[in-house]
Amino acid sequence: MAKNNVLLDINNLKLSFFTPGGEVQSLRDVSIELKEGEVLGIVGESGSGKSVTAFSVMRLTPYPGKIIGGSIDFNGKTLTELPERELRKIRGNEVSIIFQDPMTSLNPVYTIGNQIKEVILLHTDATREQAQKRAVELLTLVGINEPEKRLKQYPHELSGGMRQRVMIAIALACEPKLLIADEPTTALDVTIQAQILELMMELKEKLGMSIIMITHDLGVVSSMCDKIAVMYGGKIVEYGNTDDIFYSPKHEYTKGLLKSIPRLDTLEHTKLIPIEGSPVDVMNPPAGCPFAPRCDSCMKICLKSMPEYTTITEEHYSACWLLQKQAVEGDNHGKTN
Amino acid sequence: MTKYIVKRIAYGLLTLFLVSTITFWLMNLIPGGPFLAEKAKSEAVMKALEEKYGLDQPKTVQYKNYLVNLVHGDLGLSTKQRGRTVNDIIGEAFPTSAKIGSIAMVVAILLGLSLGSVAALNRGKWLDNLIIVVSTMGIAVPSFIVATLLMYFLSVKLSILPSFWQGNASSFVIPVIALAFYPTAYITRLTRSSILDVLGQDYMTTARAKGLSQFKRLFKHALRNAVLPVVTYLGPAIAGTLCGSLVVEKILTIPGLGEMFVSSITNRDYPLVMGTTVFFAALIIVMNVLVDIAYKIIDPRIKLN
Repeated sequence: MAKNNVLLDINNLKLSFFTPGGEVQSLRDVSIELKEGEVLGIVGESGSGKSVTAFSVMRLTPYPGKIIGGSIDFNGKTLTELPERELRKIRGNEVSIIFQDPMTSLNPVYTIGNQIKEVILLHTDATREQAQKRAVELLTLVGINEPEKRLKQYPHELSGGMRQRVMIAIALACEPKLLIADEPTTALDVTIQAQILELMMELKEKLGMSIIMITHDLGVVSSMCDKIAVMYGGKIVEYGNTDDIFYSPKHEYTKGLLKSIPRLDTLEHTKLIPIEGSPVDVMNPPAGCPFAPRCDSCMKICLKSMPEYTTITEEHYSACWLLQKQAVEGDNHGKTN
Repeated sequence: MTKYIVKRIAYGLLTLFLVSTITFWLMNLIPGGPFLAEKAKSEAVMKALEEKYGLDQPKTVQYKNYLVNLVHGDLGLSTKQRGRTVNDIIGEAFPTSAKIGSIAMVVAILLGLSLGSVAALNRGKWLDNLIIVVSTMGIAVPSFIVATLLMYFLSVKLSILPSFWQGNASSFVIPVIALAFYPTAYITRLTRSSILDVLGQDYMTTARAKGLSQFKRLFKHALRNAVLPVVTYLGPAIAGTLCGSLVVEKILTIPGLGEMFVSSITNRDYPLVMGTTVFFAALIIVMNVLVDIAYKIIDPRIKLN
C-alpha cells in the first residue's frame, strides 16, 4: 500500500491488554491510511479503541498492552519493528501528541519554560539561548500573552485553556509531521474548546502537518476533519470522507450516532434517539458483528460472522452485512423470529 | 519567606515552653530524688545539697527559676555528674550522636531512594519481591536486635570490628548500620509506593511522548514528585537519629546523647532530664521548619503560611 504522500499506514493492527482477568482485545484488525496534510477524525464511544489506536502509533501503549499483529508504517519507517531507542527519536519530534486533560499532563514541579525547552534541547542541536527564543516563539504561536513571563510560571498558575495551549506548544516544538490529539477539548469548557480547535486548524494550515483527532464529539470532527473513521468494539466499522459519513452513513452504528446528536439544520422538532444497550465486552468479543446485539436491523448472520468491508466509493467503506445484498436476501431479520 | 520563618520560630518557642512545663511537672511527680542513692548522708549534708541545687525551695519557685535560666540559655548543673553543667554534657555528648546519626541518615536516604526506585521499576518481579521482604523485615526488627546480631557476628565471631566504642572509624560501622536499618527500610517502602503512584500520572506519559529516556524520566520527572512523602518523614527521623537511638548507644557503650538521656532519668538528674528533653524538642522543631522549607523548594505549589 506504499502510495505517494502517504504519511501513516496502519495495517491490520491487533493489540491486546493481557490483564489478570484475561486478554482484552482492544484493537482487532485496524487499518488506517493518512496522507500528508490530512486531518483524520476517529470517533467512537469509550472503550471502542480510539485512544489505543492513537497511543499505538507512538508505541506508547501502557502496560500490559501489547501489539500482537499488523504493522504501523510512518514516513518510510516501520514503527512496529523499531527499537525503543529509535522510537524515542520520533516521539515528540516527528509525531507528537496532545492529551485529554491539560490539568494533569504537565509536570507540576517544573516551570512551563523548562518543559517546553526540554523537548527542543532533546531533539535539536539548539543552545539554551536558542531554545529559550524558540519557546517564546512557540508560546506566541499558540496565542499566549507575555510569553517571557509565562515561561517562568508553573502549571498551577495557569488556567486549563492556557495549559492546553502550552501542551500544544510542546507538541509543536519540533514541527512534527503528525499531531495526534486525544480528545484535546474534553476537559475544557465550551468557549475554550472552540478556541483550541480553531488554534489547531490555524496551526495546521501554517505548519502543514497531518492530524489525527480522537473524539466522541461528532461536532468537532465535522468542522475539522477530512476523513472520519468510526470505531466500535476494537474495529473500524465505517470509514469515509466527512461528507460521506454525515450525509450518507452506511453502518447502522454511524446512523445511530448521528441520530443521537442535536442538529441545527432540521426544520421540525425531531427527537434525539439514543443507542440502546451497552458497549461490547472486549474480553469475549462476539463472533459476529460487535454492534449486532444493539442493532435494530440485526440479522441471523450478523451474530454468526463478521462482515467484510463493502466499498461504497473509493474512499468510503463500511463493514455491515446489510450492505452485502446477497446476505440480506437470504436471511430474515433475526429479531423478528 | 522571612515572615514565615519568624512565625515558625515564635510557634517553636511556644512549643518549647509547653514541653519544658509539662516535663518539669511530670518529672517531679516521679517518686524519688537525685540524692537518695547516696550512701550514709546526714541530714545536714542533704540540706546543703538541696540548697545548692535549689531543691529546698517550693516547686513553683523552682519552676520559675528554671524558666528564667532557660531563657538565658543556662540548663543548670547536673546533680549526678558533679561540677558539670548540663550545657557541657550535651555539648560533649551530642557531637558523637550527631556524627553517627548523620552518617546513618545519609546512608538511609541514598540507599532507601535507590532501593525504592529499583523496586518500583521492577514491580512484580523477583527483585521487587526481595526488596519488599527485606524492607518489611527492616521495619519489623528493632535496632537493638540488629546491633546485637552485628556485634555477635562481626565483633565476637569474626572479630573484625570492635564491640565497644573506641572513637575510631571502625567503631562507627555497627552503630551506623544498626541506626540506618529502620529508616532505610521505611524510606524504601515510601519511595516505592510513591514512585508507583507518580509513574501512573499523566505527566509521565507526556514525558514519554516527548521522547525522553527512562533515566531522564525517572530522575527528572518522577523522583522530584515522588520524594515529597520521604521528605515529610525525614524531619522527625533526622532529629531522632541525630540524638541517638537510646538503646543502640547503650548496647555499644557510645557516650552519646541517647545514653545520657536514659541514665539521667534513672539517676533522677532533674536538670539533665530537662536539658535533654528541651534540646531534643528544639531539634525536632528546627528540623520540621527545615523540612517545610525543603518542601517549598521541591514543590512550587506549596505555599508557606
